[in-house]
Amino acid sequence: MGMTMTEKILAHHAGLSRVEPGQLINARIDMALANDITGPLAIEEFRKLGLKKVFDRERIALVPDHFTPAKDIKSAEQVKILREFAREQDLPYYFEIGRMGVEHCLLPEEGLVGPGDLVIGADSHTCTYGALGAFATGVGSTDLAAAMATGECWFKVPSTLLLRYRGQLQPWVGGKDLILYTIGLIGVDGARYMAMEFTGETLGQLSMDGRFTMANMAIEAGAKNGIFPVDQKTLEYISGRLKRSYRVFASDPDARYAQIIDIDASRVEPQVAFPYSPGNARSVREIGEIKIDQVVIGSCTNGRIEDLRIAAQILRGKRVHREVRLIIIPCSQKVYAQALKEGLLEIFLEAGAAVSTPTCGPCLGGHMGILARGERAVATTNRNFVGRMGHPESEVYLAGPAVAAASAIKGRIATPEEVL
Amino acid sequence: MRIRGRCHIFGNDVDTDAIIPARYLNTFDPKELARHVMEDADPAFPSRVQPGDIIVAGKNFGCGSSREHAPLAIKAAGIGAVIASSFARIFYRNAINIGLPIFESPEAAQGISPGDEVEIRPEEGIIYNLTKGESYKFTPVPPFMQEIIDAGGLLSYVAKKVKGEHV
Ligand code: SF4
Repeated sequence: MGMTMTEKILAHHAGLSRVEPGQLINARIDMALANDITGPLAIEEFRKLGLKKVFDRERIALVPDHFTPAKDIKSAEQVKILREFAREQDLPYYFEIGRMGVEHCLLPEEGLVGPGDLVIGADSHTCTYGALGAFATGVGSTDLAAAMATGECWFKVPSTLLLRYRGQLQPWVGGKDLILYTIGLIGVDGARYMAMEFTGETLGQLSMDGRFTMANMAIEAGAKNGIFPVDQKTLEYISGRLKRSYRVFASDPDARYAQIIDIDASRVEPQVAFPYSPGNARSVREIGEIKIDQVVIGSCTNGRIEDLRIAAQILRGKRVHREVRLIIIPCSQKVYAQALKEGLLEIFLEAGAAVSTPTCGPCLGGHMGILARGERAVATTNRNFVGRMGHPESEVYLAGPAVAAASAIKGRIATPEEVL
Repeated sequence: MRIRGRCHIFGNDVDTDAIIPARYLNTFDPKELARHVMEDADPAFPSRVQPGDIIVAGKNFGCGSSREHAPLAIKAAGIGAVIASSFARIFYRNAINIGLPIFESPEAAQGISPGDEVEIRPEEGIIYNLTKGESYKFTPVPPFMQEIIDAGGLLSYVAKKVKGEHV
């Protein structure tokens, strides 16, 4: 019996020749991540162990991205805990405001994660790095504290749900539409405790940015991790970037899957997920008129350069609807600089959008665009739970950058064809 | 050990933003978090909840973010245990790691009504509904996790392992 790539990575890091779904293992980790919400708690827990040093200063990344640039005194205190710990421990991968990015854009971009890695992060969207053929999963602050001390973490080996996508993508359909469609199909607990392995010819058409978007939202189906096979695009992405050696693992042809789902991607239209669940996905063409107050383009799901290029393509020479606020947040300093070089920021500004320094900001209802009671937003983020972007009676509709940009122009949820 | 308390009922897919909204996460002080526990699922909950009360919910409890602030807020509010048909995985790990008692029991989630008084007997694997005179089984915790629970949480468990190492 063969193994899936998830099983192989876990076995390798546990020093075992094979593992079975359900098995509890202790595994070595390649990278551990925390942010300004989960980090302070992890640091406090770490201190309780009375250790002077973390297990390896080059395998810990601390990113103050959620409430930064600090939105209030309490947030400033939280970031200060990260900053002081990073200085004390001499951590090379603490990213200060101005050199920072939203963690799940930043780590791959900085070459801190690569194929075959085992990565944990005290943030649920750590599963993003599966796009590179790594095993990456979210844990809590205490798990992270233990990992900072020992360099290890315990796991239950997940069974794997294999998703096979075939067919040519329709215009304006990208990674976000595919993953929203998939979660709509299997439900928000459709992959609970499982690995989601994304495969099929369609995915070859996606850039790495599109793949990060898909792996990012595996958690929205309850999955432990999302993972992509490594191909030429993966290798090109890591080349000249990755700071460590890597190893490619591939699923065996006779690997065991808990479930296999075939998806005809050629039938997927631009999607939008209605409040209050990422599983409420529908085709934008079928929803009727939904007026909106705000659009957010950004986050670890869709704040990468490709997303900004798509938004700019639609916004070029157009104006944001007079009753709409469009907030665009490049997901990292490098993406911001690149967008500037390509003239995208100018297009956004001329259209009447606000462009911000990288931050999670409105994605989690932190700052930089909070919704009032009864307001509606279209966002390229990944969660539309009650109160996620502000008042508990506000609403978030999830979509890709194309639908988000078109909606900003129309003042209602719209497809790109309607404005071009 | 027995856990006894009055039950509050919630539905399926209660997410961590409902358990503790992100707008309060600029602190990790448990007392402050407890003041907003379950606020976006039921705004009156923080004022209604009594120490020792028990939360009962449907499937996928604790889905969403990895914030340990969610089980911390529940624990700090004095809630004695959470019973659910199933738990989202990060919440499950976090609850075990910080020592919040959780029990997976679809039967109990079905059978318990608001206000019912229940007694959980972990060693017997049984939840008694004292109000209705019913009993339900729950899925036992794997032995490895029981070790973490018995050690008093993950940190105490790890502390034993790292003693003497790179200090
Ligand atoms: S952008 Fe949103 S989902 Fe991503 S890490 Fe930040 S808060 Fe979490």
